[in-house]
Amino acid sequence: MANLTIKNLKKSFEATEILKGIDLEIKDNEFVVFVGPSGCGKSTLLRSIAGLEEVTSGHILLDHKEITDLAPAKRNLAMVFQSYALYPHMSVRKNMSFALELAREKKDVINQKVAEAARILELEPLLDRKPKELSGGQRQRVAIGRAIVRQPKVFLFDEPLSNLDAALRVQMRLELARLHHDLNATMIYVTHDQVEAMTLADKVVVLRHGQIEQVGTPLELYRNPANRFVAGFLGMPKMSFLPGTVTALDASSVTVELTFGGSVTLPAEGEHLRRGSEVTVGVRPENIDLVDASEASLTGFMDIAENLGSDTYCYVKTDGQETLTVRMPGNFTCNYGDRIGLQLHADECHLFDEHGNAIQKPTQMAA
Amino acid sequence: MLSLKQRRSLNTLLLGVLAWGVALAIFFPIFWMLLTSFKTEIDAFATPPQLFFSPTLENYTLVNERSDYLHFAWNSVVVSFGSTIIGMMLAVPAAYSMAFFETKRTKGTLLWMLSTKMLPPVGVLVPIYLIFKDTGLLDTKTGLVIIYTLINLPIMIWMAYTYFKEIPKEVLEAARMDGSSLFQEIWRVLLPMSKGGLAATVLLSLILSWNEAFWSLNLTASEAAPLTALIASYSSPEGLFWAKLSAVSTLACAPILIFGWISQKQLVRGLSFGAVK
Repeated sequence: MANLTIKNLKKSFEATEILKGIDLEIKDNEFVVFVGPSGCGKSTLLRSIAGLEEVTSGHILLDHKEITDLAPAKRNLAMVFQSYALYPHMSVRKNMSFALELAREKKDVINQKVAEAARILELEPLLDRKPKELSGGQRQRVAIGRAIVRQPKVFLFDEPLSNLDAALRVQMRLELARLHHDLNATMIYVTHDQVEAMTLADKVVVLRHGQIEQVGTPLELYRNPANRFVAGFLGMPKMSFLPGTVTALDASSVTVELTFGGSVTLPAEGEHLRRGSEVTVGVRPENIDLVDASEASLTGFMDIAENLGSDTYCYVKTDGQETLTVRMPGNFTCNYGDRIGLQLHADECHLFDEHGNAIQKPTQMAA
Repeated sequence: MLSLKQRRSLNTLLLGVLAWGVALAIFFPIFWMLLTSFKTEIDAFATPPQLFFSPTLENYTLVNERSDYLHFAWNSVVVSFGSTIIGMMLAVPAAYSMAFFETKRTKGTLLWMLSTKMLPPVGVLVPIYLIFKDTGLLDTKTGLVIIYTLINLPIMIWMAYTYFKEIPKEVLEAARMDGSSLFQEIWRVLLPMSKGGLAATVLLSLILSWNEAFWSLNLTASEAAPLTALIASYSSPEGLFWAKLSAVSTLACAPILIFGWISQKQLVRGLSFGAVK
């Protein structure tokens, strides 16, 4: 069992407030990902949980026990660092058994646990090597192995894959997902990579400027972002945004006149909107169709098309110089500078008020 | 014209000659001291200086008869090792906190500590002498250990700090997460990772303490006098006896020279640690 509760956690460094009151509940066996741009406080939050940073105020509870001021050694958490932080003077075996030796475990128990971790991570042939004789991916495995042998209440990962090359990163990502499944452990994972967040998480916590912007499953956040920031942060390529003005509204729909051509009527509970309110329409690449310029009221010029084989991402410049990203099939072809029409899937569009907050869709629509 | 290859080998040759020249120039005084110690007093004074002579051990016999070499050597060993051990016990924790828990005043503190080395020691001789007199530390090994620890501490902290700075903070944090106490973190992770640099620090402190003469001459008489005081006793009161002075100097330098010779690999590696990695 490992339930982690964070209550109104604040952390300041001199005059700068890094964490501005974090409230979070992490359940047993959950894979929680903290994601956000650099400087958002995600690493500080993780290090505060680990006990490596002193917090200014607030509480951290592990299984309802206060651990806010406990030394890191006493918290029973394990951490995997971005730089791996292996002990360079110890063999792989020693690196993994160090914590168990400190805990005065019996020799045969230690050997058995290290052997088990080495088997899971396929490190058996490397046990007697020193860290400097290992590749980046192998070092990463040892760092994970060092955490596994301790059977901690919670695993903490601080951007563990960012020092690996792209191919290895994908492979390790899959292995981490498998590991979470096999170990049935609670894991907290920090990354700035939204793909890692989407693929690994049971629960994503989006942070910005030391505050939580939104918490939810990856799909909840993808489908119903709470604000423009979350909407723009998750999803690859990013959501496109178009400014507009409300021209008509009723209980379950809002009609927006887009500033640079066309209008769209989308399902939204726009109670606090008025006719004439400035709003932003957000639309994901998969929710736009390219049509003939004569058939659409919103038109633009083809800028760059990136063909990835399976898909083609077209970047279209509207007359207002906004760039819209459109996902097309891999066999789609077009030319730079072509004039084209854009058809938005109104049901899938997102609406944001002038403060950037999302306007909720009517409940039967929000899946 | 020389080919590129020829020019390169000529360069290597010239550099080699130059290096040997400098090394010999540095070594010459020690060589001459060793040579003179085996001469008679008359040969030692001869002009032009003699390179070939019939060697004698009479200086060494005389020195041994007149003074208790082992007594002075033991004092040197006790004060240099004593001050180095205590110094390291203070320098490691100090450097640890400065390197890994840096505040905005750390740099200033380090500079301030080093600046105490810029003060001419004679400037504080009188107050220190009086303090030693009042506390009964004059001519005691304890007194010398205290003073050597204090004069070498800034350099030891500075060196240890530099080596600790090379160690990634995350490794220590990993040890903390693994359940290390502060002592275990330093003893089992930090020290093994910086052992080359710390060995150099220890050696430097030993050599500096062994060779220190100003304080030992002024604060000791006979009881706690180390080898540097023994050398000095052969120079001033009895006129100039070059051969005997050389013999006693050779005896005083020999232990630390041999020690340094054995550990030179460690020393060079430690001193160039940050520079080349």
